[in-house]
Amino acid sequence: MTDVLDALQRATGGHAAVAGEADVAGGVPAKWVAAPGSTEEAAAVLRTAAAEGLAVAARGAGTKLDWGTPPRRLDLIVDIGRLDRVIEHAAGDLVVIAQAGVPLRTLGEQLAEAGQRLAVDEVVPGTTVGGMLATGLSGPRRMLAGAVRDLVLGVTLVRADGVVAKAGGKVVKNVAGYDLSKLVCGAYGTLGLVTEANFRLHPIPPAAAYVTARVPDAAAAYAAVQRMLHGQFVPTAVELDRPEPGGPVEIAVLLEGTEAGVTARTAQAVEALGDGAAEGPQPGWWGALPAGDVLVKVTTELTGTGRLLDGIEKAAPAAVRGSAGVGVLYASVAAPDAAGFVLALRDAAPSWQGSVVMLTAPPEVRSEVDSWGPVAGLELMRKVKDRFDPDALLAPGRFVGGI
Amino acid sequence: MAGLSELASRLRTELGTEKVIDDRQELRTYECDGLAHYKVVPGLVVLARSTADVAAAVRACNDAGVPFVARGSGTGLSGGALPHADGILIVMSQMREILEIDRDGQRAVVEPGVINLQVTRAAAAGGYYYAPDPSSQQVCSIGGNVAENSGGAHCLKYGFTTNHVLGVEFVDPSGNVIEIGGKAPDSPGYDLLGTIVGSEGTLGIATRVTVKLTRAPESVETLLAGFDDTDAAGQAVSAIIAAGVIPAAVEMMDALAIEAAEEAVHCGYPEGAGAVLVVELDGPASEVDAQFADVKRLCDQAGAFELRVAADDAERALIWRGRKSAFAAVGRISPDYIVQDGVIPRTALPEVLRAIADLSGQSGVRVANVFHAGDGNLHPLVLFDDAVDGAAEAAEKVSGQILDLCLQHGGSITGEHGVGADKAKHMPDMFTADDLDTMQLVRCAFDPNGLSNPGKVFPTPRLCGEVPGRHRGAHPLVEAGLAEQF
Ligand SMILES: Cc1cc2nc3c(=O)[nH]c(=O)nc-3n(C[C@H](O)[C@H](O)[C@H](O)COP(=O)(O)OP(=O)(O)OC[C@H]3O[C@@H](n4cnc5c(N)ncnc54)[C@H](O)[C@@H]3O)c2cc1C
Ligand SMILES: Cc1cc2nc3c(=O)[nH]c(=O)nc-3n(C[C@H](O)[C@H](O)[C@H](O)COP(=O)(O)OP(=O)(O)OC[C@H]3O[C@@H](n4cnc5c(N)ncnc54)[C@H](O)[C@@H]3O)c2cc1C
Repeated sequence: MTDVLDALQRATGGHAAVAGEADVAGGVPAKWVAAPGSTEEAAAVLRTAAAEGLAVAARGAGTKLDWGTPPRRLDLIVDIGRLDRVIEHAAGDLVVIAQAGVPLRTLGEQLAEAGQRLAVDEVVPGTTVGGMLATGLSGPRRMLAGAVRDLVLGVTLVRADGVVAKAGGKVVKNVAGYDLSKLVCGAYGTLGLVTEANFRLHPIPPAAAYVTARVPDAAAAYAAVQRMLHGQFVPTAVELDRPEPGGPVEIAVLLEGTEAGVTARTAQAVEALGDGAAEGPQPGWWGALPAGDVLVKVTTELTGTGRLLDGIEKAAPAAVRGSAGVGVLYASVAAPDAAGFVLALRDAAPSWQGSVVMLTAPPEVRSEVDSWGPVAGLELMRKVKDRFDPDALLAPGRFVGGI
Repeated sequence: MAGLSELASRLRTELGTEKVIDDRQELRTYECDGLAHYKVVPGLVVLARSTADVAAAVRACNDAGVPFVARGSGTGLSGGALPHADGILIVMSQMREILEIDRDGQRAVVEPGVINLQVTRAAAAGGYYYAPDPSSQQVCSIGGNVAENSGGAHCLKYGFTTNHVLGVEFVDPSGNVIEIGGKAPDSPGYDLLGTIVGSEGTLGIATRVTVKLTRAPESVETLLAGFDDTDAAGQAVSAIIAAGVIPAAVEMMDALAIEAAEEAVHCGYPEGAGAVLVVELDGPASEVDAQFADVKRLCDQAGAFELRVAADDAERALIWRGRKSAFAAVGRISPDYIVQDGVIPRTALPEVLRAIADLSGQSGVRVANVFHAGDGNLHPLVLFDDAVDGAAEAAEKVSGQILDLCLQHGGSITGEHGVGADKAKHMPDMFTADDLDTMQLVRCAFDPNGLSNPGKVFPTPRLCGEVPGRHRGAHPLVEAGLAEQF
């Protein structure tokens, strides 16, 4: 025990400790916490873990350590909070390189000074660059700018065996070698510890406006979203919110661009959205996830939104919100209804060609229903995991199919 | 070759005689892709018509331990579809059906042999198009685009193939057919799709592709600006980006490239220009109008001595004709040339262009520059005359030095043409052994026997039996002085 702690302390220049009460991931307590201050230290930590057979989970801000299935076992939390430097902001190239522990908010503030942004919404306050990559979740703006995976240009990764590897680069256009940045994006830390990432940036548009409208039902919501998709006003985001099952649906559209352009496009969008549509402030629910015990992510083809809303309504009383413009919605439901809700949606999901993933839920729900559901290509994914982490040390059990 | 003739008869039985080619003369048709100085006559060719055909051919290869290479239209410029003399070339160009144009859902589902431009043509009636537009879009296949993660002039604003492919049906190197992704985004699990796109046929073969369709813009404005030199043109590009404008395209040509284009297509570019820029904006009319005024002003301020705005589609086509014909046009001013493909951060453009000019001056090798200025993707055309002793070697050398320049500035050895057979040797210049080793983990997961397009992308294929990178160096406890190892 003390040998391990000593080794971790040596690896981190003293930034390692015996775990406290708060050092849990997905409800599983850890034995140690180590906080490397550089990629080299992170590598030393993972080499130690590999030598000792320690199961490891990374921790960013710890805002969503209970996402994904709880790890089967856990010895060491690698806290990336000390990796908090923006390494390079090449404003003229619209590129930034940041360490994984940088909070998205801090990064955003720094980029804004140069009139630029990483076009990923901070959906949950506190999110770090590493946590954002590992969970791979994107907010409303992904409709125009792309999801996190589309904006990441390169990563520095520490493998389970402590070897440091880089993939991609810091130029927007690059096809040399495999795109490992995408592979680790959304991998919940099961393939490696990300210590640094390079992103493509966008200029902050000078003007922005929101248009909202309330429609009575799922069919009307689908029709409204379709009009937004096929118009010529190029929305940055098209979101919807239905707080009550079977109730009215609020549609909200974000338009960004030049002053003159946004004025004209807003008028067009108001007209296209129809009855009761108006320009207004950002809706209070914009870019936040619906609150509730159990959070479920449901994806759909763009023509499936109506069927999806109906399916949710039939399955259980749930609140729904999300990016209708890309086909990603979040439903929240009370714990007692949750397992049946997820199973019913999974049965129906093929009719809108989507998937149903339970992001977070209390343990009793998790034990009733698999969080991830059926996964195409699972065998190949297992093979990838086995190559990267043959001893299953990185967040074992957290990911699809028990990976 | 006994192995191959057995394979040929197995495949004739399974697929039908007409799909299997082993006639030496016919095989020659497939000896190279768009990079003609590498040539290998394939051992056998299979003309696939369906996913089942591809799976059968791959399974047969897997059983026999024979390498296979997918080939789309064969326009690749890095030797990616270069065959193996003792392997099978699986030709996808007969799988060319557009299976679905889903306008309401903004998706198209196509077979891999479908030509890029055909997707746009099929979607146009509904007001849509397929955004990634390599210059070869009239001839290259979607499968080849997926394998190469192809880009084009409009990728600065709209992204690359990888941002527009949502799903593939895929035959893995053991011959299993797998569905990855689809019409909906974010399918659960690892982003295998993102890994497959750009893997140059080394992870398996795409047999069906679901792509995103993009709304055709309401308005398009194109301008041609003439500058005294590339420095001034580069300043204009920087000013445009600094002003927060992301054009649909920003292309630059230098004096020698202009000269070649003039000679070939008489595009009438501004007389005496040391550099021209083609800048295109697209989007909602209100947005484009506002930004186009800015772009014109910024070009003016950077010293443009002539600004020409396309009044209609015909004039737009004329402006683009010079740019699009540039590669071919170079053939008129030089008997031979190398098309290089490297990337630099855009802000390094002036410096790198000057360094290229210096290299050219010192070596006497002429270099024409045509490139995607918006994203720093250079295409230096290195001119030579093979009839002159040592000229080819000198051109090769300059071409390699240009790649070194790209890497010195934090760039990449390829922006769109891929690594293929041609640049595998340069991969260690960009990546460490550990980086390459880590990519090999993916390769070994997909293709443990190393049969899918071996010899491409990676300089030294590894044996997948050993577990890479483990047990390297001292045990951490030994390192920490806490234990000894004997
Ligand atoms: C209701 C709800 C809805 C949400 N919706 C969204 C959304 O739409 N968009 C969005 O961006 N976020 C969303 N979030 C999630 C939140 O943004 C994520 O929790 C966040 O991205 C995690 O950041 P973190 O720094 O707190 O990571 P943590 O919570 O500390 O870690 C999250 C996961 O990432 C792993 N991890 C962390 N750092 C690294 C690293 N450096 N390398 C490898 N693995 C690592 C952890 O092991 C863990 O599995 C939502 C959260 C909630 C509660
Ligand atoms: C004049 C000219 C201009 C060009 N301009 C551009 C440009 O602007 N941008 C750009 O990106 N490229 C450009 N290219 C390069 C080339 O056109 C692209 O790389 C294109 O994507 C290749 O497609 P293809 O169908 O010809 O593929 P091939 O040349 O047949 O094959 C290319 C690679 O893809 C693999 N492959 C083919 N089909 C499949 C499949 N179904 N599944 C898996 N792997 C497969 C092959 O094994 C090979 O490694 C240009 C080429 C030419 C000749």
